[in-house]
Amino acid sequence: MTPHPEQGEHTVSNRAMELVVSGLFIVASVLVMYDNWRIGARWMEDGPQAGYFPFYIGLIMLVASTVTFATNLAATAGGSASFVDRSQLKQVLQVLVPTIIFVILIGFIGIYFAAAIFIAFFMSWLGKYPFYTIAPVAIAVPLFLFFMFEIWFLVPLPKGPVETALGY
Amino acid sequence: MEALSSLIHGFGVLADPMNIVYMFVGIFLGVLIGVLPGLGGANGVAILLPLTFSMSPVSAIIMLSSIYWGALFGGAITSILFNIPGEPWSVATTFDGYPMAQKGRAGEALATAFTGSFFGAFVATLLLTFLAPLIARFALQFGPAEFFSVYLLTFCSFVGMGKESPFKVIAAMMLGFALAAVGLDTVTGQLRMTFGSTELLRGFDFLVAVIGLFGVGEILLTMEEGLAFKGKSAKINMRVVIQTWKELPQYWLTAMRSAIVGCWMGITPGGATPASFMSYGLAKRFSRNGAKFGTGEVEGVLAPETAAHAAGTSALLPMLTLGIPGSPTAAVLLGGLLIWGLQPGPLLFVEQKDFVWGLIASIYLGNVAGLIVVLTTVPLFAAILRIPFSIIAPIILVICAVGAYTVHNALLDISVMLVFGVIGYVFKKLGYPLAPLVLALVLGDMAESSFRQAMLVSQGNVGIFWSNPLVATIVTLALLMLFWPILSTLWGKVGRRPAAGVSPGQ
Repeated sequence: MTPHPEQGEHTVSNRAMELVVSGLFIVASVLVMYDNWRIGARWMEDGPQAGYFPFYIGLIMLVASTVTFATNLAATAGGSASFVDRSQLKQVLQVLVPTIIFVILIGFIGIYFAAAIFIAFFMSWLGKYPFYTIAPVAIAVPLFLFFMFEIWFLVPLPKGPVETALGY
Repeated sequence: MEALSSLIHGFGVLADPMNIVYMFVGIFLGVLIGVLPGLGGANGVAILLPLTFSMSPVSAIIMLSSIYWGALFGGAITSILFNIPGEPWSVATTFDGYPMAQKGRAGEALATAFTGSFFGAFVATLLLTFLAPLIARFALQFGPAEFFSVYLLTFCSFVGMGKESPFKVIAAMMLGFALAAVGLDTVTGQLRMTFGSTELLRGFDFLVAVIGLFGVGEILLTMEEGLAFKGKSAKINMRVVIQTWKELPQYWLTAMRSAIVGCWMGITPGGATPASFMSYGLAKRFSRNGAKFGTGEVEGVLAPETAAHAAGTSALLPMLTLGIPGSPTAAVLLGGLLIWGLQPGPLLFVEQKDFVWGLIASIYLGNVAGLIVVLTTVPLFAAILRIPFSIIAPIILVICAVGAYTVHNALLDISVMLVFGVIGYVFKKLGYPLAPLVLALVLGDMAESSFRQAMLVSQGNVGIFWSNPLVATIVTLALLMLFWPILSTLWGKVGRRPAAGVSPGQ
């Protein structure tokens, strides 16, 4: 992952990240242009076809991101600054990874229990809180959401087997 | 005056006490949203939008717009007390607000910020009251070509006025248009860019995108800074407020200038953030104490706050009259109008008088209410800010997930939100602007259909965009905006030449 182990904090250079992102833009614009050309991006008797407008959107995106890509490719100096420091990346991932697991959990056990587990985990892992601080927050927040959505506003949220067993 | 009688009618709509309750609830939630990192005007309104589906549109828009005013007020609290801008438009407020707090003048800084906000909003609301009906009446004659030209001007302004690389602005904007086109084409009924997936049939909802880009993305950015919030305590009481109010009139010129800059940037989609920076810069240049800016000058707090609030409020003018929002939050409000079955645009002023004038009247009251709420509750919100981030962050993420789900009751949307969160984080770091992306996502379908209608009328001849003086002016102005970055560089070169003694004159 790190090309300069001696720098410690270095991860990916800004320039590399610029190239990756503008490269992804180019891929996306080609995809947009391809699919809209497929369904028709020309003129018919009765006016423009469905792909007409998005095709040109894709074309403009292609040109703009190619320029960004090219200027970053040409620029050699100044772009070697780190996109994100190693310690910063660690902190970002410390939030992102549990959030991804939380989102996956919602599909299986419903949003209320997933939220309780997520909050409790987050507080104990990153905040190092004792159990008696964690428990009230982790229980009160999902409970409040439950009353607010299911009972007051009658907006159903994803529920799991436990709620079903309780009759909701 | 017709506008005045309409306005009085609007205040009549507000006579329903429930609407006043919704207003205070909205302001309070808004300040809370403005104070918390990761929750801002745009995604806060997006999250709460589904809860308003069962309300009457008038009550709903009053509550949601009050959230917006609250968020505008709230951003100042974090900037001044914690040196952390709660909203992007309060970054400029930290320059002088935090030094003032460090010197123990937090109360004064807060009172100045709130009063400035109030003044900016008031000027913008006056503008809205008297200018909006005129623009709406004028816009009634607009055909598809005129509408497309206004859309074009909106989007080209982002290129011309943005601080970011114009190519990045265009790329982000086009991504928004492309995402808006995903799904069923409303004219021909064909599927576009679904790649055989039934989940993509629905297309991408901009509310989900807003929650991800601004909410999750912001949390990830905040995490980089670490978890600690170190804030100054705020003592704000009536004595400090009155003391500040006595001093403020001497800065009337700064306040007026900032309000005008804000109104201008709000109507053209520059938005509140550049408006606050621009008016801070102007105040610094023209103030007698310009050199002391950055060390805790009252004017340095007054200027950006006035401009930000004026811009935030006047962003509603193009949204109501033309259906083109001037800021991401106005875009979310516009999405709300569409969901309630109201078509924003000039006809709104004819067909939905209650709604429009109820909303405009509520802006007057909402800002008075906002001023009262923030002046009295600062200690409470400062206390909320002292709750450690490791407790606040998971709660905000849970709220974002709930908000993304309730838009369509779709589980996949929560994952989409997360992807947009990562995109938002990377885009912010690389200087891809998010506002044009969101606006393109909201306006994509409407811009496309007006373009197609215009092209149908002219049988594919682009000349229709120069077919009458009005549309020609707007399109030319738009192209001028689009090529502004190139033009201004050329201008700079031409301007330097006379100084070098090569060629006099232009």
